[in-house]
Amino acid sequence: MADDRVDHKRRRFLTGVTSGIGLVGGVVAAIPFVASMSPSARARAAGAPVEADFSKLKPGQMMTVEWRGNPVWIVNRTPSMLADLAGLESKLADAKSDVEDQQPGYAQNSTRSIRPEILVLVGICTHLGCSPSEKFQVGPDSGIETDWKGGFYCPCHGSKFDLAGRVYKGVPAPTNLEVPPHSFLSDTLILIGVDPEQEGAA
Amino acid sequence: MRKTISILLCLVSGIVHASSEVGGLDRVHIDLGDEVSLQRGARTFVNYCLSCHSAAYMRYNRLGRDLGMSDEVVEENLMFASDKIGDLMTVTMSVAHGKNWFGVAPPDLTLITRSRGPDWVYTYLRSFYADEGTDTGWNNKVVQNVAMPHVLYEWQGTQRAVMEGNEVVGFEIQKPGTMSVLEYDDAMRDLTNFLVYLGEPVKMYRGKIGLWVLLFLGILGYFTYMLKKEYWKDVH
Amino acid sequence: MQKLITWIDDRFPLIKVWEEHMAKYYAPRNFNIWYFFGSLALLVLVIQIVTGIFLTMHYKPDVNTAFASVEYIMRDVPWGWLMRYLHSTGASMFFIIVYLHMFRGMLYGSYREPRELVWLIGMLIFVALMAESFMGYLLPWGNMSYWGAQVIISLFGAIPLVGDALTEWIRGDFVVGDATLNRFFSFHVIMVPLILAGLVYLHIVALHKVGSNNPDGIEIKNNKRPDGIPVDGIPFHPYYTVKDIFGTVVFLFLFFLIVFYAPELGGWFLEKDNFTPANILQTPPEIVPLWYFTPYYSILRAVTWEWLPLGAKLWGVIAMGMSLGFFFLLPWLDRSPVKSIRYRGWMYKTALTLFVVSFIVMGYLGTKNPTHVDLLWFSNKTWSQIGLFVYFAFFILMPIYTTLDKTKPVPERVR
Repeated sequence: MADDRVDHKRRRFLTGVTSGIGLVGGVVAAIPFVASMSPSARARAAGAPVEADFSKLKPGQMMTVEWRGNPVWIVNRTPSMLADLAGLESKLADAKSDVEDQQPGYAQNSTRSIRPEILVLVGICTHLGCSPSEKFQVGPDSGIETDWKGGFYCPCHGSKFDLAGRVYKGVPAPTNLEVPPHSFLSDTLILIGVDPEQEGAA
Repeated sequence: MRKTISILLCLVSGIVHASSEVGGLDRVHIDLGDEVSLQRGARTFVNYCLSCHSAAYMRYNRLGRDLGMSDEVVEENLMFASDKIGDLMTVTMSVAHGKNWFGVAPPDLTLITRSRGPDWVYTYLRSFYADEGTDTGWNNKVVQNVAMPHVLYEWQGTQRAVMEGNEVVGFEIQKPGTMSVLEYDDAMRDLTNFLVYLGEPVKMYRGKIGLWVLLFLGILGYFTYMLKKEYWKDVH
Repeated sequence: MQKLITWIDDRFPLIKVWEEHMAKYYAPRNFNIWYFFGSLALLVLVIQIVTGIFLTMHYKPDVNTAFASVEYIMRDVPWGWLMRYLHSTGASMFFIIVYLHMFRGMLYGSYREPRELVWLIGMLIFVALMAESFMGYLLPWGNMSYWGAQVIISLFGAIPLVGDALTEWIRGDFVVGDATLNRFFSFHVIMVPLILAGLVYLHIVALHKVGSNNPDGIEIKNNKRPDGIPVDGIPFHPYYTVKDIFGTVVFLFLFFLIVFYAPELGGWFLEKDNFTPANILQTPPEIVPLWYFTPYYSILRAVTWEWLPLGAKLWGVIAMGMSLGFFFLLPWLDRSPVKSIRYRGWMYKTALTLFVVSFIVMGYLGTKNPTHVDLLWFSNKTWSQIGLFVYFAFFILMPIYTTLDKTKPVPERVR
């Protein structure tokens, strides 16, 4: 085969075009495989919103439900619990909930809630993921400090949170406990995982 | 040669479906593009079948998406109170109860048309007849001494079997139901249509994806052929 | 880029391997359509492994959840249905390709000296492939999966003395159950694929040592130019890379036609009975293996003569084994002075035709009830027995008819 009869330009062109088309095909073919690794319908169903009926929750009591594999606390706060919140500001690392990731916009207030008395928190310590214990007993009997106003205490490394889930200064946990997206379906029913209508869906 | 064999295989399976009655079964026309039919079938299934038979591999929200119904419509029309939209279509009757009450647990129906074929299901649904000799008072031409009673007798009415020796050769309506024969056949066609969808939801749109894949390969084939010919000029 | 290649080549025989096996591997210039199936087999192996990896991310090898996990893949996993259909279609296509690949060997005498080892390794690949697909078929835990496994594993019980202990050991239990499913999963996902990959590597290395055969059966290495390159040889790259890429696209067109439009292929690629979960109390009315096993299944069921010592069941198993075993002996049974069918006489051509017909007919009969009459006059069992004799005669009589056959003169250069 005489080299001068070989049309190198045509060969380069055809090779280029064919390779280009082939490459596009290869990338498109990879998409289903990559996509198959994202959460399946089963995973999405398991992560679906959870309804919590708190009609039997007395003032001062807490209940726990599961959402997306985590404990979610619902606390019915008494007027005195709410009153104590304001005086704690000097002891807290993020009293005004400035860190936006830790709560939806509608919970970025002094009570970190939609309705003042109903507190909804993800019960996972923002340090390394243990679940803190409830410590609602005030004063020295709490076993935490003399003028303890009630809140949560994490047994793993000693982080402390108040009754709005706000983190104390000088503890390992860096941020306030997370407030999950939630909305009220009625006076006694909370839907965890979905923002209220006005804010748009979660 | 391979291509010929594959094409022949496809033709053969196509030819088998050409006649109107195959092996004693009536032909049913399946059309997964007929959304109204599928929705009607879904409603029949949920209202009459789902109390005993599960469809345990199917989720409610998938049904809604594929059949053009929003989550709210599905929740209102196709779901019982306690299920969530993302749940599987399971049934409350336990296997033990089913065995106790019917002698055999009502089987899950998700894949019934894939294992028996749509024609079988369509014929079965229309072949119940009154028979005093059985426990339920019903029998079925397709499944002798079936444990299932005729759930839809109110629609079809009561029919008796016309026997030739031991064989059922036809049916006679004794007491008409709320639907005429044609209306009942139509409703059963919708139900069978739905069951075909239930067995393989992706069947509705895998053909459309396939078209693009084949078109792409056609184009790629043209260029790879041109490339081959160009290089093989050296050899010839 | 050139610098990178040089850096690697200083540390790894990159260029040497490239030249020895691609750019300076001289293959005969006259490859025809029968020569596509080797590269296609490699392609399908890759497809099976890749789709298999993704299926294994979601499949559960437990009798209580296996069947449901397959439906989970079909419905809940994004594009899971595609992975499943690619894998099931790929399995059947693998056998179509491998059977055609083997047939090419029989047409052109590719198993003859000096390629006996290529052929033997290839036969081992075939046996491994059968094991792989048999075990893979149990995994969906459908009713056909269960009963098919039950029947085939119980064949080992026919072996005298050790039979029962052997079947128990294979199953890991007294019946096919969870232990069996789990170990078949292990074999199917990792053990046999590793063996297959190793054998394929050896197969290609052995081939490249002696060079490829061709449709004329001539050894191109016997006719070299002064520079050592065979006159009838062309470098594999770019000529056969470019040709095989085109062949790949044609194959993929057919492959996707099935995947997207007829994945069940009328029950041939996905059996209807397997859409019901395994039911240990109820056998399907007809136990039929997948189409690619049906000829051997026919042979197994055809041996029913009760006068055989030790029982017909054992001889059925032996016959089935021999039907594969004879393939291993092919290089030595064939005594013809020529390799390719193009230069053989009418005896071999007739024998090969009869062999192919018996293989296909026995395959068809393997899907049917042995006592029925589906072809003319004779029961299916009788036809299978005739097929069995033709099949074995092809091999047993080969030393005789290949010696007697009148051959044509073989040319010096390829056509």
